[in-house]
Amino acid sequence: MKIESSLCDICGTCAGVCPVDAIRIFEFKVEIDNEKCIDCKNCLIICPAEAIKEEK
Amino acid sequence: MTFRKKYDVIVIGAGPAGSVAARFAAEHGASVLILERDREPGIPVRCAEGVSHDGIAPFIDIDEKWIATTIKKAKLVAPNGEELLMENNPTGYVLERRLFDTALCNLAAEFGAELLTKADAFDLFKEAGEIKGVKFTYRGKEEIVLCDVVIAADGVESRVGRWAGIKTDLPLEDMETSVMYQMTDIDVDPDCCEFYFGNEIAPQGYLWVFPKSRTSANIGLGIAGSSALKKKPQFYLDQFVQKHYPAGKINYIVYAGIPTSDTLNQIVADHIMLVGDAARQVNPITGGGIVQGMIAGSIAGKVAADAVKERNFKTKFLKRYRKEWNKRLGKTQKTMYAMKEKYLGIKDKRFNNLVKAMNKIPKDKLSIKTLFTEVVKNDPKLVIEVARSFVVSKFK
Repeated sequence: MKIESSLCDICGTCAGVCPVDAIRIFEFKVEIDNEKCIDCKNCLIICPAEAIKEEK
Repeated sequence: MTFRKKYDVIVIGAGPAGSVAARFAAEHGASVLILERDREPGIPVRCAEGVSHDGIAPFIDIDEKWIATTIKKAKLVAPNGEELLMENNPTGYVLERRLFDTALCNLAAEFGAELLTKADAFDLFKEAGEIKGVKFTYRGKEEIVLCDVVIAADGVESRVGRWAGIKTDLPLEDMETSVMYQMTDIDVDPDCCEFYFGNEIAPQGYLWVFPKSRTSANIGLGIAGSSALKKKPQFYLDQFVQKHYPAGKINYIVYAGIPTSDTLNQIVADHIMLVGDAARQVNPITGGGIVQGMIAGSIAGKVAADAVKERNFKTKFLKRYRKEWNKRLGKTQKTMYAMKEKYLGIKDKRFNNLVKAMNKIPKDKLSIKTLFTEVVKNDPKLVIEVARSFVVSKFK
């Protein structure tokens, strides 16, 4: 998963549905740790700002 | 701004839950530091801003400064467009959350709590697995401040609890994805909150129009995360706005997540308590969480101060908070959560029939009470399942 930072509103919803705590919100940046990510797509589906895309 | 090396209690997050927790802990004798990531409390606003008078009055003197509009009426709009106007409701407000949150935080400060803004917590400080403080960045430096109790009020992301090993993530069906427009140049009734329902309007959720004046409103909606696979919430909001307010101006957009689950199974561990959205203390049918967070904060703050007095920070002691929460609102939330599926799963046709039936009641008799007595005749099962849970809780 990849976050398009220009679209991200830093609302934290993605972290709230991440089952493996792979999403870090720090100093006004949201980052996905792809090592931890299990590709469940919860964050992509829930993101109200449509800022999360699948990494090709 | 300076801060000490150690406090009795550190609260993470200066929203309503955090500020009320800080105030109650300080009022009962604890030294308290509030860490807030943003540069001031209350920003950015991620909220429809509706509350009931009775919900907030126990915690703060009502002040016009942070009230946008006073609400007397509620209008429900069925999927087919039929309206149900209810005029005999308890008084509600649409807040200016930015100012409201600041007022609550100032109140905590008056009781002795200290606030540190632009302080971004990133971990708990532990020794031999035991929580001893909070790690955060402040002015470009990593800091550690020690404490005996952490109160996690970090909102929908709820990451602080995870650092303590508590499971806080929600499944998609228990998290609403929400978009709201702050609109001007529109014509709205300034004392009426409107709620729109329907599978084409907001699947597994609802749309709200909360007036902020005669010509401006918060217009937003939430849909269940599990309903957002194909169409995103903004699709539905744009559709609604184009139909109802084509000439209105969208000033800014608010994106947010709204927990609609039961309270987390675990909201307490050694040295830590979770409050508000972080603990998922939200009415799972309305999505309202301000008053819930304040009530939880008041309980947790008091328990934290008691723990400091007795030098007992074990889960077993802090569970007093859980017990009291269950008594105050936890049980209600559990019931609401059980009803949520029935309520949100309601078919458009049945909802239309319900509103039609309610509209047969004379206007002056249309109140919560008549919903029980009169409308029960039409669709007893549905009314009991749905109308009660919705109307009773509307402003909570």
